[in-house]
Amino acid sequence: MLLVAAGGTAVVLTREPLNQAIVASFYGLLLGVMFLVFQSPDVALSQITVGAVALPLMILLALAKVRALGGRKEDRE
Amino acid sequence: MSLLPYLIAAWLFLVGLYGIVTSRNLVHAVVCLSVVQSSTYILLLAIGYERGGTAPIFLDVPVGTRAVDPVVSALTLTDIVVGATVSALLLALAVQTYKRHGTLDTEEFRSVRD
Amino acid sequence: MSPSLRRRVFLVAAAVAGALLVWGLSGLPDYGIYRGPYGDVLNAVAVGERHATNVVAAVTFDYRGVDTMGEEYILFAAVIGVAILLRAQRDEREEAPDEDAADRRAPGTSNAVRVLGLALLGPVVLFGIYVVAHGHLSPGGGFQGGVVLATGALLVYLSGEYVTLRRVRPEALLDLAESSGAAGYVAVGLLGLAAGVTFLENVLPLGQAGTLLSSGMIPLINLAVGLEVAAGFVLLLSEFLEQTLVVRRPGEQT
Repeated sequence: MLLVAAGGTAVVLTREPLNQAIVASFYGLLLGVMFLVFQSPDVALSQITVGAVALPLMILLALAKVRALGGRKEDRE
Repeated sequence: MSLLPYLIAAWLFLVGLYGIVTSRNLVHAVVCLSVVQSSTYILLLAIGYERGGTAPIFLDVPVGTRAVDPVVSALTLTDIVVGATVSALLLALAVQTYKRHGTLDTEEFRSVRD
Repeated sequence: MSPSLRRRVFLVAAAVAGALLVWGLSGLPDYGIYRGPYGDVLNAVAVGERHATNVVAAVTFDYRGVDTMGEEYILFAAVIGVAILLRAQRDEREEAPDEDAADRRAPGTSNAVRVLGLALLGPVVLFGIYVVAHGHLSPGGGFQGGVVLATGALLVYLSGEYVTLRRVRPEALLDLAESSGAAGYVAVGLLGLAAGVTFLENVLPLGQAGTLLSSGMIPLINLAVGLEVAAGFVLLLSEFLEQTLVVRRPGEQT
């Protein structure tokens, strides 16, 4: 469970969105395992399919679009 | 030990909020929002948990074995799917904002009238 | 408000909020000791009343069916929102995806990825249908199965080209599927009204617990939700993919 807290903190502290998508995917997987420990297989199934697959995918696609646009100003971090 | 899951949920909530407040990039803020949402899932499931109980599915265990609360599981599982869809909506907003302003940096959106 | 000032103000506020949260949360019953009456009552009676062995699904689709209807419509509205937001703007036009160009810059997908993706497609779709159909028996249900099915569509894109995906997911069919899923939910609920009892009441024959055709209208609702979620997620993914691959604006490079 402390792993989950550490995972959540890691997701927030990863500033670069591209890296953050991967970290978020791992965090989703970790949450899914924890939901299994909580004896809720339905919730774990939901979390794994959505949080570890669909969400990082959408983030990556949004980022790909942003990169393709180039940008009139460079985005500073 | 008995308070640990609740504290973890509170910590995740605050950490996610910190990420949103200090974020420099719109996509990063959306992901932090999903972290905040996940803290509510943990809180809900922790409330419904019964030590030694099994999953509330009675396909192969007789009815009457101790199981955890099904109501919170039901609430959380629809919540997860809906939360992801809302995040998709926010990401689409971010993409459109980028098209219009050329940047995802939150510091650039100082004034609303432009 | 400068960033560092904002950070400091937030940390003070978070400390106060954190203290309040901890104080409030310590009033909860200890973790692991469940005192609420509803869970125990539901676990004891749900199988007998609804002949559904998955009590969580019985709660979602039967006892609290109205809440789930609302959440499904949130999903529907969000997909509509994404479709509206990402429509082609005035100065953009749809172009054929880069993969058709004579001088393609990106390498094509390797054969290993292609074979693996196609091999996995059948099992993934089958698994998705299984999860949706067995929602009232074992863990799963419309929401999870729908997302698994959408992942199957994603496999088509990953293992092939975008044009293949476009052929496989004709947009009119997807819109139809999603709307009929959403409408199907209300239609099943109206069955209850037609039978003279309240909306969304379980009026179909209950059958024997543990078999596929049991628990009345829960499998029907599962089907409707699964259809809607699968179509909705495929629409979401394809909106984003179209943005990335097809819609171009002048001066944009790939």
